[in-house]
Amino acid sequence: MPSYTLKVNGQSRRVNVAADTPLLWVLRDNLELVGTKYGCGQGHCGSCTVHVNGVPVRSCQMPVSTVGGVEITTIEGLSPDGQHPLQQAWCEHDVPQCGYCQTGQIMTAAAFLKNNPSPTEEEIDGAMAGNLCRCGTYLRIRNAVKDAAVAIQKGGSK
Amino acid sequence: MKPSTTPVTAALGRNNSTDNPDGGHRPPLQALSRREFIRVTTLTGGGFMLSLTLPGAAWGQVATALDDTTKAFTPGPFIKITPQNIITILAKNPETGQGVKTSLPMIVAEELDADFSTVVIEQATLRTDVGAQFAGGSRSTPDNYLPLRRAGATARAMLIEAAAQTWSVRTDELTTDKGRVIHAATGRSLTYGELATKAATLPIPDEKNIRLKSEDEFKVLGSRVGGVDNPAIVTGQALFGMDQRLPGMVYAAYEKCPVYGGKVISANLDRIKRLPGVRDAFIIEGTDNINGLKPGVAIIADSTWAAFSAKRQLQIVWDESAGAGHSSADYDARAAEAAKAGGKTVRSDGDVAAAFATGKVVEGAYFYPFLNHATLEPQGCTAWARDGGMEFWTTSQTPGSGQQLIADTLKLPKENLKLNLVRGGGFGRRLANDYMVEVAAIALRTGGAPVKLTWTREDDMRHDCYHRPAGYHYLKGAVDAAGKISAWHNHFVTFGYKNTERTASGAGLSPDELPARFIPNYRLDQTIMSTMVPTGPLRAPGSNGLAFVMQSFIDELAHAAGRDPVEFRLELLGEDRVVPPTQGQRGTPYDTGRMKGVVRLAAEKSGWGGKLPKGEGRGIAFHFSHSGYVAMVAEVAVTRDGTLKVRRVTSAADVGPIINLSGAENQVQGSIIDGLGMAWLQEMTFDRGRAVQSNFHDYPLLRSTETPAMSVHFIQSKNPPTGLGEPPYPVVPPAVCNAIFAATGKRIRHLPFNKTDLSWT
Repeated sequence: MPSYTLKVNGQSRRVNVAADTPLLWVLRDNLELVGTKYGCGQGHCGSCTVHVNGVPVRSCQMPVSTVGGVEITTIEGLSPDGQHPLQQAWCEHDVPQCGYCQTGQIMTAAAFLKNNPSPTEEEIDGAMAGNLCRCGTYLRIRNAVKDAAVAIQKGGSK
Repeated sequence: MKPSTTPVTAALGRNNSTDNPDGGHRPPLQALSRREFIRVTTLTGGGFMLSLTLPGAAWGQVATALDDTTKAFTPGPFIKITPQNIITILAKNPETGQGVKTSLPMIVAEELDADFSTVVIEQATLRTDVGAQFAGGSRSTPDNYLPLRRAGATARAMLIEAAAQTWSVRTDELTTDKGRVIHAATGRSLTYGELATKAATLPIPDEKNIRLKSEDEFKVLGSRVGGVDNPAIVTGQALFGMDQRLPGMVYAAYEKCPVYGGKVISANLDRIKRLPGVRDAFIIEGTDNINGLKPGVAIIADSTWAAFSAKRQLQIVWDESAGAGHSSADYDARAAEAAKAGGKTVRSDGDVAAAFATGKVVEGAYFYPFLNHATLEPQGCTAWARDGGMEFWTTSQTPGSGQQLIADTLKLPKENLKLNLVRGGGFGRRLANDYMVEVAAIALRTGGAPVKLTWTREDDMRHDCYHRPAGYHYLKGAVDAAGKISAWHNHFVTFGYKNTERTASGAGLSPDELPARFIPNYRLDQTIMSTMVPTGPLRAPGSNGLAFVMQSFIDELAHAAGRDPVEFRLELLGEDRVVPPTQGQRGTPYDTGRMKGVVRLAAEKSGWGGKLPKGEGRGIAFHFSHSGYVAMVAEVAVTRDGTLKVRRVTSAADVGPIINLSGAENQVQGSIIDGLGMAWLQEMTFDRGRAVQSNFHDYPLLRSTETPAMSVHFIQSKNPPTGLGEPPYPVVPPAVCNAIFAATGKRIRHLPFNKTDLSWT
């Protein structure tokens, strides 16, 4: 098995896995970061969204051999204390039902708000359109993203 | 540990409605509290460890405190109060996204008079002393409401008795609030924790002598409470079915025949076993139980990816003979033939032929397709065989049935099968335990290592243990000169599982289904076609297809009569009364007053009656299922070239008193999205017994860009509370289709409607 060194949530991690292993499964099985979810394996659902150099990507579509030397951030590393404004807004709006998609939703939203700090509702819905929620929590997601955007603006960049 | 000082009652919202036209105003939830930073781990010694993760500290940086539970007050399985004043409430049922891990403990906390924001919620394992543990049929609330209230009230009575003895005062001088017993006359109070040791020595009083609160005394029930697992979910700490990690764990995949009922003849096991990361590969013969252990090839590997990769290289010779003649096109053709031939009469009231001869007649052929549950987490389970038994981490909605299935299939003693209940979306899919018995069979072959089975999305799509069955309805109706429905004749062409005598699971139509019992001339004929595609419950089984047909055809008749669709429906329901089931039928009595109440409220809140330009329209529908009364109005806009925008859905529901207002609204909002996606996009088809669709590209879910504004209202009648996970879902498709008709004049009789050209001139 080839060896890869990944930079995940600010830490350097070494794994021995097949070259074609998607980042998703390295995170989940090797690094035990199971907040990143498997939903479809084809990039349709967004449950596996992580940040690569700050850009939201589908980790199920990224072979481990392509992610050496980049900064990978997962939901576990989004905020040091679990209190990112999006995480707070998600609780305040009681967004989750089954909850399975929500980490991917939050990772997509976090990258989006960095590029568009005061979005319209249409922009939010458009940015979130790649993340499926089987329980149908989109309205609450939209409202939570809106509130988090305001909180980030008030609190400075986080 | 100090109790939270959060002024909880100040944050409680008690209003019955949420308008979210612009996603705006919403009363606040209870503030974040101590509980949300607490994890509880049961220790082998019987005590428990509290792990505190405080705001400002890194996740995982924990302070721990061992707690002496030997002096804890545990009046029954649901409540534990320690001398350190840690109040733990057991969440008894599987959490499938319907919110019972929060709402059922709220019921206990209400009667206990505990401060819910400081209570620790512990998920129950499968056990024998808490009543049935399942998530289905919207039964959690109605089945548990009174028993859990009594459990809480009994504990409270004992704490009061303990305080009365401590202070030598009468119990009727004492009150409780937020986890304290108070003696107002002397200004004294004690926390429940301070009373726990004494309370633990008292006899448990007779349930009959326990007074329950009146509804106007409620502090927790009816308020908005965020899901107890939310902080863990949003940080990635919540463990779902496929997130379990155990020492030395191995990973499994399981390939089954793409044709339902197919069997393995041979497989290239020698080659698979030589692949990197693969530990073993073997054939499982399986059983004939379609909800049980199906034949297939198991692969055990060092990682999920190694298992998946090896699975793709499997070359299996299958016996696919079971699928011959079972394609969707075959079913369509046979249904069309059946429509011409006529069916067997199931119910006949009055004389439909005579009414057709004198009335204005409308005919329509309706169809709804097979569906998949498509939980976002594919099926999977973790199991560990050791010490002559097996332990599971399962998302099952019916863990007790799963335990029995495994015991029967693998000849293991039931009492040696321990089930940990893990949260995970259900929608009826996890009422089946096929994936659990698969991992159990695999776990017997790992040499004692724990094993996690993960289905691929394609496995999940093609092996939905059972599908929502398709249905064909050939309808003929009439309205009389007075503009009332005078006759209704339905020839229902449905499915039987490998037979033509008995309808398959979820494929029946009650002879009492509305408008039966509400009109004088009614006839239901039925033809059952044999299928080998397994069918079964999906969110609001039966209703999820029938409401579309009945409420759409009622709309057709209203249009034929030139009547307002709301007035027409209110008239159909008639006087306020409780309509009993027809003798010999098992149905629930139908309260027309409750249904008319929600129809009127949905209409009023939607602005029903206001004029809209061509291309815009409102549609109404109502449906009764799972003891819940729901009506919805959809408002749509359709461009001339046929592009649909569902602008707003207004919902009114009467399921009695609401337990958790935030959770209840979430269920309705989610049902609106789910119902819209179902009606618009979703269809499973079959080709020679195999499912054609395989992933979300060909079995889509609705996306965020199609989210309508939603306005959710409740009539909190004095009836016993009933469930809300299912009743709203069936109402959405007909409300939307009726709105599309109002906007365009195009009547949708075939779901999903993405195949229908909606353009208009």
